Amino acid sequence: MAGVIEQKPAPLDVARIRADFPILGREFGGKPLIYLDSAATSQKPRQVIGALNDFYEKHNSNVHRGIYELAVEATELYEGARAKLAAFIGAPDPATIVFNRGTTESVNLVAHAWGRKFLKEGDEILITEMEHHSNIVPWQLAASDTGALLRYIPITDDGLLDLSQLETLLTERTRILAVTGMSNVLGTLNPVGELADAAHAVGALILVDGAQLVPHHGVDVADLDCDFLTVSGHKMLGPTASGGLYARRELLEEMGPFLGGGEMISEVFPDRATWNEVPFKFEAGTMNIAQEVGLGAAIDYLEALGMDAVREHEEEITQYAIECLTEAGAEVFGPKDAQIRGGAVSFAYKTVHPHDLAEVLNAEGISVRAGHHCAQILMRRLNVPATTRASFYVYNTKDEVDALVAAMARAEDVFG
Amino acid sequence: MALDDLYKEVILDHYKNPRNKRELPGAELTCSRNNPLCGDEITVHAHLEKDAIAGVAFEGQGCSISQASASMMTEAIAGKAVEDAKALTADFRGMMAGEVEPDEDEFGELVALKGVVKYPIRVKCAVLAWDVLQEALDGAGQAAGSAPH
Repeated sequence: MAGVIEQKPAPLDVARIRADFPILGREFGGKPLIYLDSAATSQKPRQVIGALNDFYEKHNSNVHRGIYELAVEATELYEGARAKLAAFIGAPDPATIVFNRGTTESVNLVAHAWGRKFLKEGDEILITEMEHHSNIVPWQLAASDTGALLRYIPITDDGLLDLSQLETLLTERTRILAVTGMSNVLGTLNPVGELADAAHAVGALILVDGAQLVPHHGVDVADLDCDFLTVSGHKMLGPTASGGLYARRELLEEMGPFLGGGEMISEVFPDRATWNEVPFKFEAGTMNIAQEVGLGAAIDYLEALGMDAVREHEEEITQYAIECLTEAGAEVFGPKDAQIRGGAVSFAYKTVHPHDLAEVLNAEGISVRAGHHCAQILMRRLNVPATTRASFYVYNTKDEVDALVAAMARAEDVFG
Repeated sequence: MALDDLYKEVILDHYKNPRNKRELPGAELTCSRNNPLCGDEITVHAHLEKDAIAGVAFEGQGCSISQASASMMTEAIAGKAVEDAKALTADFRGMMAGEVEPDEDEFGELVALKGVVKYPIRVKCAVLAWDVLQEALDGAGQAAGSAPH
């Protein structure tokens, strides 16, 4: 993925980072918040919250259409955020970034605007067993509307993609391969560069679900050679409903529109309309302006930390968590080697049901997720109804992992 | 919040030693439902005689609240007239909605589940078995009505 790192980056100053996150000062039942659910949504530093406030207090206006100075400022901030996101993921041109609410909306956009226009009966859509529902259901709908067939790459018992049968799954019938860059359940980092090459070799496109990958790992779309990459801003320190879709410019040009309305048009006649240039063709109505400006601040924050340092920190804490959880008697799903996975760590703990475990942890101020994590197909493959998931980010510490494991022992006292 | 409010001893006892958790040969009513939020699954079997619940059992898997509630439900409705079981179901739902103050005589051990009201996300777990029961009893044709959700 990223080039060989010659030298380890300087470690994150986590105490200093934590001071930037006001919410980490909260207590629940007299116990400090231990937030281990960043794979669901990350917390926000005061720099991001400040950018939102600053926008609303000083620069709020609708964008693109206004002649007045305020509208020019708002437009510059909004378009500035687009340029920041483009640079952050190595996109050659800000016009290749469509803003929207994040990965779910992005996959739906592609499944509609590309899928409904280009898919036909006999075509195949290839996804994997470890996808989030947001990268399954839009394709099911597209398949149902177009007569295309939806196929799945299976996973191994170790939680990796099973690529041994790839040649029979990825064929000249395949029009698109949609795959997560990092599993939200197993943490698995998939070989998206290799998969992009394999897809292109049979004439298929590749969409990378970057919801979990982009917040935690340096990404370069040119290097990966991916056609579509989705970004969920709220998982990378940004506001909810921020993020968007990267797509190669020629794809955006040839795709149909997604939502119709103001701003996405060029000219409107009684019976038809023509479309605005990209990316505005895909940004109908008043957009999530303040949120995208806030995402720009989140990107500034992550870039100041350095994505190599972010990754290094998470690799260390993830390996520590896997070892501690295993030692405590938990079964960790997915790869056990943090070098090939990210910090979303799902596990089963003895006979304690995940919801009961999460409840006991909550009483200790610890926030984890319990459930199917919007991955029911994967849950069935793992043969579990639900798992407990702890997930880590820049503000988490090994002490918090210790607190998690200690609190789990209490759950065993109650339910064992 | 104190965990003891949620995980009362009687609830843990029903979870660890569920009553009437089995198949029920000869049951003419069988309904299943799951709570996709947490993967709880409950199947309720019932056998009716003369508009009364002559036999009831459940099967399933899930969190302690869902399984204990199912176990307690089977004990609470066994032998009851169908109409009375339906009334108890409505009252139990009312308790979980915070609208009905449980009558100890009517509720018995079920009162222990009142603590779940303070954990809104878990109310679905507690109500699941009762939803299945209602669906089964409604399906018996005595009060054709649509199931909730």
